[in-house]
Amino acid sequence: MEKEKEILLEVKNLSKHFVVEKNFFGQPIKMLKAVDDVSFKIYKQEALGLVGESGCGKTTIGKMLANVHSATSGQIIYNGVDLAKLGERQRRAYCKDIQLVFQDPYESLNPRMSVGDIIAEPIRINKLLPNNEIEKRVNYLLNCVGLANHQRNRYPHEFSGGQRQRVGIARALAVQPKLIVCDEPVSALDVSIQAQVLNLLSDLKEEFGLTYLFIAHGLNVVKHISDRVGVMYLGKMQELADKKELYDNPTHPYTKALLSSTPVTNPKLKAKKERIILTGDVPSPINPPKGCPFHTRCYRDKVEKCTVERPAFVDVSGAEHFVACHLYKAYSQEVK
Amino acid sequence: MKTQKAVQTENGSIAIEKPESQFKQMWYALIQNKAAVAGMIIIIFLIFLAVFAKFIMPYDPNYADLAINKQAPSAAHWFGTDEQGRDIFSRVIDGTKISLSVGVTAVAFALSLGTIFGAVAGYKGGKIDTVIMRFMDIMLSIPDILLAITFMAALGRGIDKAVIAIGICSIPEYARIVRGSILSIKDSEYVQAAKVIGNNDMRIIFKHILPNVLSPMIVRATLGISTAVLNTAALGFLGLGVQPPAAEWGDMLGRARVFIFEAPYMLIFPGIAITITVLAFNLLGDGLRDAFDPKARK
Repeated sequence: MEKEKEILLEVKNLSKHFVVEKNFFGQPIKMLKAVDDVSFKIYKQEALGLVGESGCGKTTIGKMLANVHSATSGQIIYNGVDLAKLGERQRRAYCKDIQLVFQDPYESLNPRMSVGDIIAEPIRINKLLPNNEIEKRVNYLLNCVGLANHQRNRYPHEFSGGQRQRVGIARALAVQPKLIVCDEPVSALDVSIQAQVLNLLSDLKEEFGLTYLFIAHGLNVVKHISDRVGVMYLGKMQELADKKELYDNPTHPYTKALLSSTPVTNPKLKAKKERIILTGDVPSPINPPKGCPFHTRCYRDKVEKCTVERPAFVDVSGAEHFVACHLYKAYSQEVK
Repeated sequence: MKTQKAVQTENGSIAIEKPESQFKQMWYALIQNKAAVAGMIIIIFLIFLAVFAKFIMPYDPNYADLAINKQAPSAAHWFGTDEQGRDIFSRVIDGTKISLSVGVTAVAFALSLGTIFGAVAGYKGGKIDTVIMRFMDIMLSIPDILLAITFMAALGRGIDKAVIAIGICSIPEYARIVRGSILSIKDSEYVQAAKVIGNNDMRIIFKHILPNVLSPMIVRATLGISTAVLNTAALGFLGLGVQPPAAEWGDMLGRARVFIFEAPYMLIFPGIAITITVLAFNLLGDGLRDAFDPKARK
């Protein structure tokens, strides 16, 4: 585990702003800052979890990495190339290295293509195999994700949600990607199926030496699969650390609140647990609060700096435990 | 719908029955729809009439014999004769050729151009969209038949010109339908997925978006054939369609309208021919819509 970690992909100051309103001349007057100045690294063969509330920008990050959205500013460095700067044609050449598993398996498969065609398509487009070998490869992929060969000619609507998500995973695997962005791959599924798909994803990671960027709502799903976890709030990364470190030693107040919201199954521990309940709603990303984005809901005793200056994303432990909070030192002894 | 069955082969491995193409599945769904089958039979019958008109027509449709003009239907002249003594039965059959060919080619022309305009406008959006669609709006604001008359006046008479005039008039409708459908699925996740796996814009439009907007297009196109048949008839009625003496249903109606009380059969039979043709394409259009939707298949 503790061997030298190689960086697979690095995100530097990445931002994505959506135009919400334009004036008469087509110039933007209202922007939604879905992702605002986010930096992180993804190491080879790790699973980096990304959590946060709805609308915090985690999906947008994933989709920028996978070429669905283009970045407004910032860099996505892969193999020494800044993907964010490439033209459409050159960018497509990297599609086979970064794949995306979508959130909603009912929406992400073309209803007019058979499952076999859906899985074969990325291989054909990227010309990875001669035509006569594609069928064999598709069968192999179907088996990898736990589907049978004879289901190849069926259409997506003939499958259940869990099976469709398996098809989505097989499609992502088809090009032998280096990185798979899993965009809340289980949130649209039944709880009983969630575990199956999560296990499948961990098995595939072992088998193919994959790297995941795993996006999820809550910390419990991420805990199962990730090595490191990043916590996002209002388009900004708030805390990023090793999974164990983050769960044992959360430093950002938002992370603490998130962790305290996870239900505890052991009643003995439950009594000990202090529940942090945040008040208010997430502010609108169109008009985010000045200073620390979290200060409007923070339960800590704020200082003036919180409302004025945006906290830097600093390494608090020297072991890649990053946090964006002005008060992390003052509260370092805070009881968990 | 039939699904594939897995068959156990001798060595125990699972083999697949020959996959059924989507076309085949569509066909099964279509032939279960009685109304669509009726429409299809009528259309096949009309095509048959058009192709073998020469052998079916009892008389030369353009042979005028003033001695027998305006005769009521009889054993010799099933549908009667017109004011110049031409056999109406033969002329109705001959008219099938013109109506069908103008209808189909005008729609094909309008559909292909409309799809291109609509797809580009819908997928690209922004200024391109505004320019194309405002232009289509201008065309839509002029009544179809008026626009067709304008084009006919500019181009002159003739079948080929009628095709162009009627075709151009219906481009905006197809463009609108295609654009609207594309807008509704452009941001869907499977189109995003197509982008993620490295498709270029052309492939995304033609492989992932257009097949999914086929049903409204097919329905509109089949209904469009009936509209085109009607428009051809309207042009003919106004005396702008084909060159006389060619038999064209609308033209026949137009000439016969002065004899409406005296010899109503001169209008009834071409009128029925138009109605049946329009009805047949409408029935088929509805049937195709259901057959094209995989979820609507049984």
